[in-house]
Amino acid sequence: MGEMIKVGMADLKICLSPNSVTTLGLGSCVGVAIRDPQTKVGGLAHVMLPDSTSVNNNGNIAKFADTALVELVKQMEKAGAVRRRMVAKIAGGAQMFKLQSQSDLMRVGDRNVQAVKKKLKELGIPILAEDTGENYGRTVEFYPESGDYIIKSVGKPVRTI
Amino acid sequence: MANLDLNNVDGMYFDVLREIGNIGAGNAATSLAQLLNTKVDISVPKIDLLEFSQVGEAMGGEELLVAGIYLRIEGDLNGSIMFLMAEKSAHDLVSRLMGGMPPENEDSFSEMEMSALKEIGNIITGAYLNSLSTLTNMKIIPSIPDLCVDMAGALLSVPAIEFGEMGDKMLMIETTFTDFSTIDGYFVLVPDLPSYGKMLSALGM
Repeated sequence: MGEMIKVGMADLKICLSPNSVTTLGLGSCVGVAIRDPQTKVGGLAHVMLPDSTSVNNNGNIAKFADTALVELVKQMEKAGAVRRRMVAKIAGGAQMFKLQSQSDLMRVGDRNVQAVKKKLKELGIPILAEDTGENYGRTVEFYPESGDYIIKSVGKPVRTI
Repeated sequence: MANLDLNNVDGMYFDVLREIGNIGAGNAATSLAQLLNTKVDISVPKIDLLEFSQVGEAMGGEELLVAGIYLRIEGDLNGSIMFLMAEKSAHDLVSRLMGGMPPENEDSFSEMEMSALKEIGNIITGAYLNSLSTLTNMKIIPSIPDLCVDMAGALLSVPAIEFGEMGDKMLMIETTFTDFSTIDGYFVLVPDLPSYGKMLSALGM
């Protein structure tokens, strides 16, 4: 068993098999897991906001869907992964409160998911599976060895996508 | 104050925010005491400016089960407020409010308990917002409360994202309410950026 590397909110990390990456308690944020199945290089980004260009204070590149995914891919390539082989799985983007649907800012879970999908498409990385939306939190673990993305939620069975 | 940057909050602003936290939490404790018909003590509120990576740990881990009551605010001040407490504390409070009735289920809340919890959250945040409104002479209109019981990380992501639009840190106020058991409560007030400026100007900053 490898080591499990923790990714915080607005943070990203890469890892090499047999190690794995995890992020705890995803709410409206999106956990984007990317992997190169041949080199078994994997990475996980905990994306908080859809778009770095709509915010003045955008110094933390791991915070935004557009900048975080570019950085994650760059770091994975440095570790030996090849872009055209990369595949992605995504989870999160929940709407924790009903009130959240009232304004645009509040539909941020949904907007995060859309922004992540758009950016992955631009990068030419296909999405193999997703577990997004709904109204509950998710803890995720990603194993670059198998590509398994394990999702745990309160009061629900553990899922592997 | 229009250019307030939360990443550069200095000592004086911090003191003002702490004072608001103090008075707000004091009022919240008074309301709680009236509601439960018992004496409620509070600790001096602890105010933390947290990096996003520390947000989950602040309440005792991202995966800790917590109850969060969330309200949008409008008027002179726009934004949101959330009051959070550990699920166990929430069960304690509800059971006390319902005349010592034991929880129907340790792991979840019934419809009735949810409704009681929403009301508790409403009263606590209402007391907090009232003192803020009095102190700043600003009109604050809260929405109806919304309740969610889930992992701390997932709930805190909601205000964290709102703070994320403004900077890389989140302001959280921790208060301990004590009557015959101890309840650690956490307030997260998120005024939008123009409101932050207005709020501090109103306080003569």
